[in-house]
Amino acid sequence: MKNSSRRGFMGKAFGAVAGVGAVGALYAMKRSWDPLPSVKAAGFTTLDMSAYKDNELITEKWRGKPIFVLKQTKTMAEKAEANPKDIERLIKVGDSYFMVCIGLCTHLGCIPGYNSDEESFLCACHGGMYDFTGEVTKAPPPRGLDIPPFKVDGNKLVLGEEGPEYKKMKETGVTL
Amino acid sequence: MAHFTKATSLHDWLNQRLAVDTLRRVLATEYWIPKNINFLWAMGMVLAITFALLLVSGIFLLMYYQPNVDLAFDSVNYTIMQEVGYGWLWRHVHGVAASVVFLIIYIHMFTGIYYGSYKKGREMIWISGMLLFVAFSAEAFSGYMLPWGQMSYWAGMVITNLFAGGSLHADGLVEWIRGDYVPAQAFLNRFFMLHVLLIPLAIIGLIGLHFGALRIPHVNNQDGEEIDFEAEAAKYKAGDKRSSKVIAFVNDFMSKDMMVVGIYLIFFFYLVFFHYDFAMDPVNFDPANGLKTPTHIYPEWYFLWSYEILRPFSTNVGLIAFAFAQVIFFLLPFLDRSPNAVPASRRGLFKYWFWAMLIDMIILTAMGKVPPVEPFGTIGFYAALTFIGLWIALPFITMFEKKA
Ligand code: FES
Repeated sequence: MKNSSRRGFMGKAFGAVAGVGAVGALYAMKRSWDPLPSVKAAGFTTLDMSAYKDNELITEKWRGKPIFVLKQTKTMAEKAEANPKDIERLIKVGDSYFMVCIGLCTHLGCIPGYNSDEESFLCACHGGMYDFTGEVTKAPPPRGLDIPPFKVDGNKLVLGEEGPEYKKMKETGVTL
Repeated sequence: MAHFTKATSLHDWLNQRLAVDTLRRVLATEYWIPKNINFLWAMGMVLAITFALLLVSGIFLLMYYQPNVDLAFDSVNYTIMQEVGYGWLWRHVHGVAASVVFLIIYIHMFTGIYYGSYKKGREMIWISGMLLFVAFSAEAFSGYMLPWGQMSYWAGMVITNLFAGGSLHADGLVEWIRGDYVPAQAFLNRFFMLHVLLIPLAIIGLIGLHFGALRIPHVNNQDGEEIDFEAEAAKYKAGDKRSSKVIAFVNDFMSKDMMVVGIYLIFFFYLVFFHYDFAMDPVNFDPANGLKTPTHIYPEWYFLWSYEILRPFSTNVGLIAFAFAQVIFFLLPFLDRSPNAVPASRRGLFKYWFWAMLIDMIILTAMGKVPPVEPFGTIGFYAALTFIGLWIALPFITMFEKKA
């Protein structure tokens, strides 16, 4: 009896040591799978907004992701004005409105294509659609295209930095 | 200490140290297999052989493959395909085997379902088999990333995005899995590791478990008959092989098994030499480009049915349906409430359930391949609903099944 309780204690003592070791090892493994600091510090992208043309989709790159920039024509801006869901999504730089979105479908991440005649995006993967402001118009995507963190700086737009306009969009739930 | 005597032969020397005679008896000459089976019972051996083909061809590919986003594509499509002597052979064997192995797995699974080989003590065989299916799926997916073509990249993007859990929006988890915001070097390297080490280790372990799970309940037979293996084995050993219901694994069963394997291998190498293209998606012969989605992204044929269950619904519902499809087969032994372990043809409603499930999965597979336009979208939607409905109906139709 005495003997077995001593073994029982040894078993528990080993269990405790092994448990601590296992937790430590799991933590180290988790950290090793984390994105590297160099990847995380992938910097900022600055866009010169005066270079874009009306209703012509340009794809920029930020943190390895495609960024859609679409300068709105007068009529597009007016149409957006009529629809609060649309106008909230646009970014005003100088006198022009821009749609700036992460060009990955919010369903499962394919890149939607833009049709400038129909002023809409179509995602070929599962048939999702968005309008010219990136607002979703046909499922399965659950929401409009995400807007990257941005800061308006005169005629420039800095991606990766959170300006007041972006913070407001986040608060009102325009983007995630 | 055991007593060792001077060995009379190499065999005796080994036998004293490793008990090779006992091993041979337990694993081969006195491992009993029912007589009443058909060629479908050879699929296990066919799978084992296919796994061996994957392993050997993989070893040779591994010698030249470069897990680097700038070099991977060329190391496969140029170095291995053009420069390495017979490199094309290993690649085509590997690609064809990866595809065909799923065909055999599905046949093996549906054979088990048809003959009720997942109940009466055979539950662990079924569960370990399903774990193997999951491990093979992970192995196929991780391997598909390695050539770093357009389909590799975009399949990697779409599948890892599933882990965001729809509205849960767990982007941190997705980035953690990838090691980057998008599939890139860290992603390729870790899937390379998974493909060549961790998952194969798991597969080998699971194969051991799968075989082990078979020993106590033994192999099922065409009538689901409960055989007294000891009594039948005694008959066999006494020389009454004719009336014994069992045969020895080696050589009796193996000789027929290898006959099926032989026919299979002819078919297999016919594909390798003349029709390897079915396992090589043309889209994947374009190098990965993170700024251009291929117009139509679809997985390899063996994932199409579950992909189609994801596709017709909105994100969250789709994810739930998809998760359901991934785990539900595990529960088969418990959802089937009938004690009957006989062929589906003698099981009343279950017979229709079996064929409905098989046909529904074929329809889902076909609909997963075509672009998401009408009427395919609607057909896929109803096929997905049917899949879910059939599983919900299973406990009820089997509960009222008459004793066969
Ligand atoms: S990824 Fe765009 S609709 Fe599914």
